[in-house]
Amino acid sequence: METLVFAVFAFLAVASAIAVVAHRNPVYSTMSLVVTLFSVAVLFVMLGAPFLGVIQVLVYAGAIVVLFLFVIMLLNIQAEEMPQGGQMAQRIASILGAVVFAGMLGLVFWRTMQPNSPPLTEELVSLRNLSRELFFEYLLAFEMIGLLLLVAVIGATVVARRPQQADTTEDWAASGDAPRVDGARSEPHINPETGDRVAARAGRS
Amino acid sequence: MSYVPSDLIAVVAKLAVMLGFILTVVPVMVWVERRGSALIQDRPGPNRLGPLGLIQPLADALKFMFKEDVTPSAADKPLYLAAPALALLPALSTICVIPFGPDLVVNGETHRLVIADVPVGVLLFLALSSLGVYSLIVAGYASNNKFSLLGGIRASAQLISYELALTVAVLAVLMPVGSFHLADVVSYQREHIWNVVPQFVGFVVFLIASFAETNRLPFDLPEAESELVAGFHTEYSAMRFASFFMAEYAAMTALSALGVTLYFGGWSLPGVDLDGWLGALVGLITLVVKVAICMAVFVWIRWTFPRFRYDQLMRLGWKVLLPLALLNLIVIAALTVAGWL
Repeated sequence: METLVFAVFAFLAVASAIAVVAHRNPVYSTMSLVVTLFSVAVLFVMLGAPFLGVIQVLVYAGAIVVLFLFVIMLLNIQAEEMPQGGQMAQRIASILGAVVFAGMLGLVFWRTMQPNSPPLTEELVSLRNLSRELFFEYLLAFEMIGLLLLVAVIGATVVARRPQQADTTEDWAASGDAPRVDGARSEPHINPETGDRVAARAGRS
Repeated sequence: MSYVPSDLIAVVAKLAVMLGFILTVVPVMVWVERRGSALIQDRPGPNRLGPLGLIQPLADALKFMFKEDVTPSAADKPLYLAAPALALLPALSTICVIPFGPDLVVNGETHRLVIADVPVGVLLFLALSSLGVYSLIVAGYASNNKFSLLGGIRASAQLISYELALTVAVLAVLMPVGSFHLADVVSYQREHIWNVVPQFVGFVVFLIASFAETNRLPFDLPEAESELVAGFHTEYSAMRFASFFMAEYAAMTALSALGVTLYFGGWSLPGVDLDGWLGALVGLITLVVKVAICMAVFVWIRWTFPRFRYDQLMRLGWKVLLPLALLNLIVIAALTVAGWL
């Protein structure tokens, strides 16, 4: 019974993972990713780590991939618009990534093949043990990851804001006026896409 | 796995009880919703078929079965057909972690009255129900209709926002209990007091967020009919539409059962301590009655509140509910550490 469940979900995980990278339609790729995450979660549960499995579904399949879909649908990316092939830098990056991943996988295999490696017990991956390790042994790394995510959020906000400011600055420059950060007066020459925001900002101050 | 079914009959019986419950709820709720809305709007409502119109849901179901099943030619077929099934799956599976009675001893074997007695029950519920959003998004995308797409996009943003507040509110319940096991949550409330008293703020957050999670008015933005026709299920007809309909009520039932278990003592009643078959029966009936009261509140709220605007919805989720839930979490954590809970 357990072998059968393992076989089904191991197959599903690999097949859907291939579909994630191979499918042309981004929505299908994302949905395949959900299947991959769910299958791997089932494997976690079978290894005696139900907490890890459930958290994987809750956080990744239930929240993060939903945001992927949100972005794909908001931008309405179609299969035909996807870049064909890819640039040189992209290829080098993908080869580097594959090498690093293969190395990590090899390390894991090599370590578990050692005769004196500790067996994977339920005690080792129990909720209590997991949280103790996370909040005592690896507290610094844990907090650093949180900080890293915060930096990513701030970075995304900055990147999303910059073009808008550049646009308005150009418009001010084009109309022969100095850029006014406080927006004390509304401009006659306004970019139609950002115009309402500029006007709103001027109105507030 | 820690749980191995020792007796197949027991598992099948438990499945029959809970699935029977959740599937019976759907037609009953259709009747309650239609008659309830009529009551609130001061009109008779469907009253022709059977006493008080009780046979009406059967007629509705027959109508759905015999309607033409239309698939738009521009639809993304595989995803379009998968979406209704994706809606029903999480709604029906989440009920498996809800305990519905005290331990039952049959022929010397102890059975826990819950379908899946897993140590991370609450998280499993939240994880499975969080997968429900895919049906809305996929339906919205695959229909190839701008109203559906807008509904799907709204659903994804709304559910992510409110899931956060909901999860944090649930976390505050689990802290004094010290376990993810829903059976432990119930026994904790039997020893102390219903969680709704010490965790009233958390309960209010949970209640509001559960309306958003089940897409019920005042938060039914993904299908807001005044602006999006019918939102994500605009293109669906016949039984496929009925699947979404059933999934909505099943999800409401499951979430009500979770809320009742977390805040209102689940199957237990204060002062009542029965065991054996009588205890099991009383436990099940208590749970059903409590869930029924919650469902009545769902209907009552739906027909008395106007719909929120989308920006109001997002502001409420991120600027009011989430900070409130976090504050509740901090206070409960402090009280737990101080040993007052």
